[in-house]
Amino acid sequence: MTKLLTKHIHESGCETLNFYVAHGGYSALKKAFKMKPEEVMEEVKKASLRGRGGAGFPAGIKWSFVPKDSDKPKYLVVNADESEPGTFKDRLILEKMAHYLLEGIIISSYAVGIHHCYIYVRGEFWEPVKALQKALEEAYSRGYFGKNILGSGFDLECTIHRGAGAYICGEETGLLESLEGKPGRPRNKPPFPALIGAFGCPTVVNNVETIAYVPSIIELGAEKYLQMGPHQNNGGVKMYCISGHVKKPGVYELPMNTTLRQLIYDHAGGILGDRELKMVIPGGSSTPILMPDQIDVMMDFDELKKLGTFLGSAGTMIVAEGTDIVELAAVIAKFYAHESCGQCTPCREGTDWIYQLVLKIHAGEGTKADIDRILDICNNMKGQTICVLSDALADPMKSIVTKFRHEFEARVVDAA
Amino acid sequence: MSNERKFSPETEAQFQKLLTRYPTRLAALIPTLWLGQEEFGHLDRTALAYVAERLELPMSQVVNTCTFYTMFTPVARGKFHIELCTNVACWLRGCREIQQVVEDELGLKHKQTSADGMFTYEEVECLAACDKAPMCQVNGADTYNLTPESFRELIRGLKSKG
Ligand SMILES: Cc1cc2nc3c(=O)[nH]c(=O)nc-3n(C[C@H](O)[C@H](O)[C@H](O)COP(=O)(O)O)c2cc1C
Ligand code: FES
Repeated sequence: MTKLLTKHIHESGCETLNFYVAHGGYSALKKAFKMKPEEVMEEVKKASLRGRGGAGFPAGIKWSFVPKDSDKPKYLVVNADESEPGTFKDRLILEKMAHYLLEGIIISSYAVGIHHCYIYVRGEFWEPVKALQKALEEAYSRGYFGKNILGSGFDLECTIHRGAGAYICGEETGLLESLEGKPGRPRNKPPFPALIGAFGCPTVVNNVETIAYVPSIIELGAEKYLQMGPHQNNGGVKMYCISGHVKKPGVYELPMNTTLRQLIYDHAGGILGDRELKMVIPGGSSTPILMPDQIDVMMDFDELKKLGTFLGSAGTMIVAEGTDIVELAAVIAKFYAHESCGQCTPCREGTDWIYQLVLKIHAGEGTKADIDRILDICNNMKGQTICVLSDALADPMKSIVTKFRHEFEARVVDAA
Repeated sequence: MSNERKFSPETEAQFQKLLTRYPTRLAALIPTLWLGQEEFGHLDRTALAYVAERLELPMSQVVNTCTFYTMFTPVARGKFHIELCTNVACWLRGCREIQQVVEDELGLKHKQTSADGMFTYEEVECLAACDKAPMCQVNGADTYNLTPESFRELIRGLKSKG
């Protein structure tokens, strides 16, 4: 068995509360209510459930940073902004399995002593948010939210908050600014949200998928969850998104010791048109690329780091031979130039300079010096800014230009 | 168009409800802007002034927030708002051909509205449906696995509905 969340997604009605309960839903919650909050937190820690929004920080440890005896309210903010290019797993959870998320919200809030959760959903998610709203209404109507949930004495409110179009609101402090009604410009850290988050109060920010796995972990126990993908510090299963030039793009829920090769060829059916593989963007467009000889890597947080890249949000994009890499670089750069919030100069200027230079080279008007200029700008954008949107262009761009330099050189006016 | 702006009773009820969901009035701003945009079609100065008044917030703060977000529009959009994803996965799966169909069928470029007020066309970034690329949204409804043929048909269908 390797599937927890996606077991039933092809069955009709799977998104309803009745279906969910009939298949064991909300029983983990009952189990959790019999445990002490600390025990629930401990179980999640033991499962080394690592954040699925991009950074891979262990959820249980993050929760433990929230002060226990705070006289301020505490908040849980679920990050459903899903805007990292190549990522579409949270959409699937909202559309088909929102009750996993909702049950996870109750259990997580119970563990940390939280009584209000906000789910921040990106504005473009018209259809997913409708499904989520429906699920939340059902859950309220059956007493899973509100006062004295299932007679446990525990109270929890949950509010869906829609964004309005801005990638930067996926960054957790940009998201908090946006939740508070301001432009989504990231905050300096520290203080971290666990101490000062939403409305100046201690706040846990977690990705949709992270929270959606919590019921399974409580239900199975940490040990069994870990054994599903036995691998140090990266156990369990997760949702992998694969798109681009593959025969069967989609979301695959797999053990975390799955290799990139298995993901591409065993699960996604191999390369479209049986072309050769040219390169892979492993974890969303913010992650440095991998070459065809690197695909035996295990798709987990630590193994990908060893290759100089990241699992990120597991938004794997496959690029086949015959693709124009310079144009691809322009597509990527345009996104960051468009989405930079503009408060830090290296990011605001750097993302646009890179975009303009790549366009110039693509148009056949660039020079060799422009290629080096791109690399130089990348180096100056790293580690200079409040949030890592700047690095999120600099790192992948540097890897693309370095590994496919010949394709850039073939386009410049002073080509050899 | 009248300069008067007022929420309908249904919107007013939603507005009153959302005021109870946040510890600050400012936090209700983005949801209220959504209500305003849905009710009034777009958010011009008059609409923003109404939102500012209802939330007792300074106009400058309302404008500052509103203009940060790309989905809020200060001008009316066409009857059909077509948002085509042009990000990586959709590009890999042929969004350039779809862009060409927009040119051919509608003669519109990014952010333009047709003279008859029927269509607004916008190129957008990843909409988190990359496994069904290329894709677009028409008035918020996701439309997947586009081909030049299916997209041409879609547009012609909308034209005949107008
Ligand atoms: C530019 C940028 C965009 C991000 N976008 C998202 C996003 O769309 N969804 C998400 O869950 N996390 C996103 N993150 C990561 C969040 O900042 C944060 O780490 C995450 O929500 C924490 O939840 P997790 O620990 O469960 O992963 C983004 C980070 C950055 C720097
Ligand atoms: S790239 Fe178009 S939906 Fe993701």
